[in-house]
Amino acid sequence: MTESAALTRRHEFVLFFDVTNGNPNGDPDAGNLPRLDPETNRGLVSDVALKRKIRNYVALARSDRPGHEIYMRDGATLNLEHKRAWAAIMPEVTKAEDFKKPPKEEAKARELTRWMCANFWDIRAFGAVMTTQVNAGQVRGPVQLTFATSVEPVLPLEISITRLAATTEKDAEDKGGRTMGRKHIIPYGLYRAHGFVSAPLASHPVKGTGFSEADLELLFEAMTSMFEHDRSAARGEMATRRLVVFRHAGALGNAPAQDLFSKVQAWRVHKGERRAIGDEQTDNWPVARSFADYAITVDRDGLPEGIEVIER
Amino acid sequence: MSFGVRLHVWGERACFTRPETKVERVSYDVMTPSAARGILEAIHWKPALLWVVDRIHVLKPIRFQSLRRNEVDAKIGAVTAERAMRAGSTAGLGLVVEEHRQQRAATLLVDVAYVIEAHFTLTPRAGAEDTPAKHASMFNRRAAAGQCFHRPCLGTREFAADFALLPEGAPLPGSRLPPDQRDRDLGWMLHDIDHAAGGVSRFFRARLSEGVLDVGRCLAEGTAA
Repeated sequence: MTESAALTRRHEFVLFFDVTNGNPNGDPDAGNLPRLDPETNRGLVSDVALKRKIRNYVALARSDRPGHEIYMRDGATLNLEHKRAWAAIMPEVTKAEDFKKPPKEEAKARELTRWMCANFWDIRAFGAVMTTQVNAGQVRGPVQLTFATSVEPVLPLEISITRLAATTEKDAEDKGGRTMGRKHIIPYGLYRAHGFVSAPLASHPVKGTGFSEADLELLFEAMTSMFEHDRSAARGEMATRRLVVFRHAGALGNAPAQDLFSKVQAWRVHKGERRAIGDEQTDNWPVARSFADYAITVDRDGLPEGIEVIER
Repeated sequence: MSFGVRLHVWGERACFTRPETKVERVSYDVMTPSAARGILEAIHWKPALLWVVDRIHVLKPIRFQSLRRNEVDAKIGAVTAERAMRAGSTAGLGLVVEEHRQQRAATLLVDVAYVIEAHFTLTPRAGAEDTPAKHASMFNRRAAAGQCFHRPCLGTREFAADFALLPEGAPLPGSRLPPDQRDRDLGWMLHDIDHAAGGVSRFFRARLSEGVLDVGRCLAEGTAA
């Protein structure tokens, strides 16, 4: 049901995105304040927040394509869903199921998960937990994202706003028709996230989800464009700034991930001068308020053998 | 013990969830032997192998942070999936996240680093070609080159683990564990889940002495299921 064969090469990626006057990821524990690492004051965006946006993008961009359903649906995008053409791909699958008497619970469970993987893009990519007695009911997807952290400490601001209308009649009488609210924003923040694509979890005969090269391409497309379709009053301006992908020659990989990630570096820039983040010389520089205050470099010298760098 | 391995693992965050607090997750103070085994298996594993974790060295101060996330409270029902598969349609199979919303807090470990000392034994499923030397060198080769079957993680998948092999004879990385944390009774801790016995969780009395969790010595004091 996917156009190409399952992925056979390991990948790692570094994703840089930024926010201007917005809240990239609210903290439910702190009244929807932007998430902060309390020890370093760096902003955080959880892995699940990013995965939500990737799913939403795929639902939006491939809603008419078989095999690209999204299992974990966002209620808001339900309206965008179309009727899909299933008949084209399903007959053989259902018939095979009818004729074949599953010899064991395990084989049956495996068939079920395989079917779920074939139909749902997010299960193929991220995995899912299915309740069966058999262990095969749990699918581990090849794609793994970590928390995004801002490259420098961020400053959350609380903006009070007024509304010239009230929700209830009581409010209208008590408050003269005006109500006040709060918005939490970060004036500017550049965030960095790391991700892993473990090829064996895509192509392994038993454990693999069948996540293909085309699916990987769609993942990268989603990461570059996801913020373009996630506009809202809370988010402000968010954009993907850079996606650096390390493609290994083999399924198990050709170099430690940490060595590759360290090749990608963010710098502070001011009046043509470039310095490492946290450098004492930058202490009296003005704070960063746009992407122009940063530079991102990819050190291609001395790349380990078998590693290809792809920039998006 | 002739084929022991030592693996240095570290990461920014970790969550080795206590089974008694798995709704609002609270991490154990240190990595569990079961999580350590999972990391080793992510690098190299065959049905012929059984990894046994001997010691876990704690290299950094034990610190916690809290984090709350939106999660869903449902799993895919196998029956629903089967019905959809028979019908050949995925209509109604998806999960609308707004209807299954749960907010859960997690108490995570931050900035962790460990050294896992382990060895493996061969299981009855080992064939004639499964010599210990072969698997030991496969593991060492992969770990030294940064290769893995899938990316190992520190408890849960969003906390990816970086790893490096400690070659034989190489000194341990320096420990920054403060003196008051070096000797600690960690209480009853999950040792591992015994899949052979139908998934029974086995617990042992974990003790840090000189910053080292000696799994073998703690196990000798007895376990509880």
